[in-house]
Amino acid sequence: MKITKLGRAALIAGVGSILLASCAANEGTSGGEAVEGGVTGTIEATGASSQTAAQEAWVAAFLEANPESDVIYEPTGSGVGRDNFLAGASNFIGSDRAFNEEELAAGGFGSCTTDDIIEIPVYISPVAVIFNIDGVDSLNLDAETIAGLFAGTITNWNDPAIAEQNPDAELPDLAVSPVHRSDASGTQETFTAYLEATAADVWTYEASDEWPIQGGEAAQGTSGVVDRVGGGQGTVGFADASQAGDLGTVAVQVGEEYVPFSPEAAAELVAGATQEEGRGDADLVFDVDPAAAADGAYPIALVSYLIGCTSYEDPEVAATVQAYFSYVASAEGQDAAAENAGSAPINDDLRSQIEDAIALIQVEG
Amino acid sequence: MTAVVTRGTSSLAAGRLPKWATWVTLVAAMVVSAVVFALINMGSAASDFNVAGTLVVGAILYLVVIYVLSRLSESPRHAIDRFVTALVTSAFIIAIIPLVSLLYTVVSSGIERFDIEYFSSSMRGVVGTGGGAIHAVWGTILITLAATIISVPIGLMTSIYLVEYGGRGRIAKAITFFVDVMTGIPSIVAGLFIFAVFSIFLGPGASIGIMGALALAVLMIPVVVRSSEELLRIVPNELREASYALGVPKWRTIVKVVLPTTIAGIMTGIMLSISRVIGETAPLLLTAGFTTSLNMNLFDGRMMTLPVFVYNQYQNQGTNPDEAVARAWAGALTLILIVMALNLAARLIAKIFAPKLRG
Amino acid sequence: MAGMQGILVISPTPLPPLDDTKGRRGMTTSSTAQQQQEDPAQPPKATQQTRPAVRRLGDSIFSGTALGAGIIILLVLAAVAIFLVAQSIPGLSSEDNTILRDRSFLEYVVPLAFGTVWASLIALVIAAPIAIGIALFISHYAPRRFAAVLGYVIDLLAAVPSVVFGLWGALTLAGFVQPFYAWLNQNLGWFPLFSGQASATGNTILTASLVLAVMILPIMTAICREVFLQAPRLHEEAALALGATRWEMIRMAVLPFARGGMVSAAMLALGRALGETMAVTMVLSVSGVISVELLTSTNPTPIPANIALQFPEAHGNGVNTLIATGLVLFVVTFLVNAIARAIVNRRAQFSGAN
Repeated sequence: MKITKLGRAALIAGVGSILLASCAANEGTSGGEAVEGGVTGTIEATGASSQTAAQEAWVAAFLEANPESDVIYEPTGSGVGRDNFLAGASNFIGSDRAFNEEELAAGGFGSCTTDDIIEIPVYISPVAVIFNIDGVDSLNLDAETIAGLFAGTITNWNDPAIAEQNPDAELPDLAVSPVHRSDASGTQETFTAYLEATAADVWTYEASDEWPIQGGEAAQGTSGVVDRVGGGQGTVGFADASQAGDLGTVAVQVGEEYVPFSPEAAAELVAGATQEEGRGDADLVFDVDPAAAADGAYPIALVSYLIGCTSYEDPEVAATVQAYFSYVASAEGQDAAAENAGSAPINDDLRSQIEDAIALIQVEG
Repeated sequence: MTAVVTRGTSSLAAGRLPKWATWVTLVAAMVVSAVVFALINMGSAASDFNVAGTLVVGAILYLVVIYVLSRLSESPRHAIDRFVTALVTSAFIIAIIPLVSLLYTVVSSGIERFDIEYFSSSMRGVVGTGGGAIHAVWGTILITLAATIISVPIGLMTSIYLVEYGGRGRIAKAITFFVDVMTGIPSIVAGLFIFAVFSIFLGPGASIGIMGALALAVLMIPVVVRSSEELLRIVPNELREASYALGVPKWRTIVKVVLPTTIAGIMTGIMLSISRVIGETAPLLLTAGFTTSLNMNLFDGRMMTLPVFVYNQYQNQGTNPDEAVARAWAGALTLILIVMALNLAARLIAKIFAPKLRG
Repeated sequence: MAGMQGILVISPTPLPPLDDTKGRRGMTTSSTAQQQQEDPAQPPKATQQTRPAVRRLGDSIFSGTALGAGIIILLVLAAVAIFLVAQSIPGLSSEDNTILRDRSFLEYVVPLAFGTVWASLIALVIAAPIAIGIALFISHYAPRRFAAVLGYVIDLLAAVPSVVFGLWGALTLAGFVQPFYAWLNQNLGWFPLFSGQASATGNTILTASLVLAVMILPIMTAICREVFLQAPRLHEEAALALGATRWEMIRMAVLPFARGGMVSAAMLALGRALGETMAVTMVLSVSGVISVELLTSTNPTPIPANIALQFPEAHGNGVNTLIATGLVLFVVTFLVNAIARAIVNRRAQFSGAN
């Protein structure tokens, strides 16, 4: 019977050590005092994985200000997020595209009590064209050249089309290996939309979240693309600018000048875009046209939305969603995202529009 | 036994290569190969020296030389024997290289974040640095435990049915066949199945801890059935007959005689089946989802698990990629340690519960 | 203790060599058949045997539970089939389908099925000889104490999670093998397998298959080693006594005996490779084409990787399309397993060893 005793002791020791750690040190109510005017609801959200880093920053700061509330954002992907919103499984969602008119007309948003929804473009992330060539840190390229690199019509880095635009760069005799996303993603849709709009002669495909060409190097996720581009020679890809790291980046031609990516330049793109018509008052969807980018604006930027309802069954949820959206749109919220996710803070004009939209959420039952 | 033959004296030992010959040949082959590669490498940095190439060429050289040597001094039969010995050994070495590389990478990259904070905090509200995987560790423990609780009774009872009751009946045959089919279910299909079932009843996008446990159970049941079935069949029939002769009912015979005899092996089988499913990623990704906070309730809300945590940290690296990748490696290390502990436990249990053969 | 050791080595392998179990099963089932009478599902075959025990309530309950457990398994499998089929049907129409995009389902799934089989076959071709080599090394070449440790290490590797292999393949292996690929492509480019434009990153189907090969090595090795160890000791010693070299002994006494087990090990490993998801997803540069070129960055996509890649952004009936491809994968693995069983059964009859 020695063994059973031994086993029992081991069991107790094991269970004990596990029980010790059965709460997370960083969770739970900190202090326990409700902040004056803080909201108290618990809201759950799913959606775009592009917003992950930004949402992490927002949630962390929001919970610090509202310790009684809880916001949970799961980066399930935009498509799943939109399905969840329709099915009523998420209080709000993040999505790389707004609901289109057909979907709006069909309505039936399970999360909301009415068909009026609020859509606000609060996450604007420049997409950088990155490459890896020894000794070259940046290149000036126009849209046709970029399209040629990815469409396979430009196959060597010493191609005259590249050399003409970069008289100072030492371009090696090296094959071009374009890298794209193997998973469906909003970043990919943004990039292909840019090519479609600006270089229709070379890029004869439609904008799509899936890569339209069969062939070329494919990697999963933004980090996968960055790893692949960094891991090969003569590789060129596109990725959220915040992840570009030490890789060479392309300054993209807009009008007569070449614009390197920067949050400010990307914000210019949205600032100059026109609002889509025929939508509700709280439905701030912009028709971002890379071809019509103003001088000095960086034309490739992912515009990702927060989508919520204007009326919820539970007033507590409504208040929390409203408070959270307000924080996200505020200057602090946008700066937090810029710092943690490299996104472009929205400008004040857009902010006041968004604040008006957020005010439409009915907080009183 | 071979030793007797080789060590024999006089005529039997004639025409044999001395023992040291193989080693000398090996070293000589490696040296020649190294010199060749050094010559090729001349003019460029020493760090460009092609180690892998040296080893491969050296090994091939050795294969050829030992074959020729043996053929000349021994016989064609011995030459082939030596050739195959070298081949088998190099197959082993070839296989060990990636495995060692893998373990080394995991341990050396994982140790960095393998600290107290990692096991005391979750990723809730963690931005950039810090954070931990306690939520994932707990998720893995709870989901795997639930999967075990579901699959062990079913698997064990099925194997009892197959061995003790089913015989060659049609039902037993069908079960054996379908258990084999089930063994072949790809893990992602198990995940899709549970996802499909729950999305019918709960609407799309449902992700609950128990769904993950069910998906794992689907993968685990056939493994438990197969291993327990094998072990129950080994139990000598004399034990059963002796028990019947004493008037013990059949079910008590199974519970009191047959099971205790094999309990060690069955436990080992269960442990190993756990270590098989604990590292599954794809089905959990589809069913249990992922979250940043600790969730101890299997029946409500998403649950993080270690494999998904590793995958997620690699996928969504955020602005501090180094930190995220370090967390991913630490998660991988934790997972391997858990699996290792389970394997050791299996061996320990087998030792402790093994029927005493003497004394 | 010897018996225990046997158990220990058997258990890491979920499916022990089939021909072997068949033999054992034949033996034991004949003896268990005598105890059949109690079974309610099996009406007693009248007179011929003596009753082993008196029928009691406990017996009925216990045997009923056991039967119930078996039936649960059948129900679960039926449910798997029914739900997958039911959920697949809406995904077959290409109307408004975000995944199919005007292609027919067949056009979509055939390249994927090809990718699945192709990647797994390459992995098997790489892994099979090596696994047999390791198994032989452990069973017949290495010193016994060393062999036990090696066996344990290999078993342990069977349990290394696939994400870890994925991390390793994507971050370590791909960069390491890329120069070799470039060399192969330059010098042997005329050979169809090595033709095309060599990948600049090394994330090709050959790398994915290498990772798969490493992943299936442990399971194949474990089974092969087990089979080799079960080769009749007397045959081996007789061969050696007749003056056979070690290789001749293995060729004549061990390999014929183990042939069936080796085939079933290979098929089992193939089945595992077919369903492997995460490692391939993380390593492979996928394009969804049908191509046998091993070294380019344009590679076919295996079904599991495709599901993992497309699932997060799939919605509407796109999800159903993915489930339908999962069903295809299920059928493919089922076929492989069925073929394996057929081969093993036929081999078993010819195997002279038992």
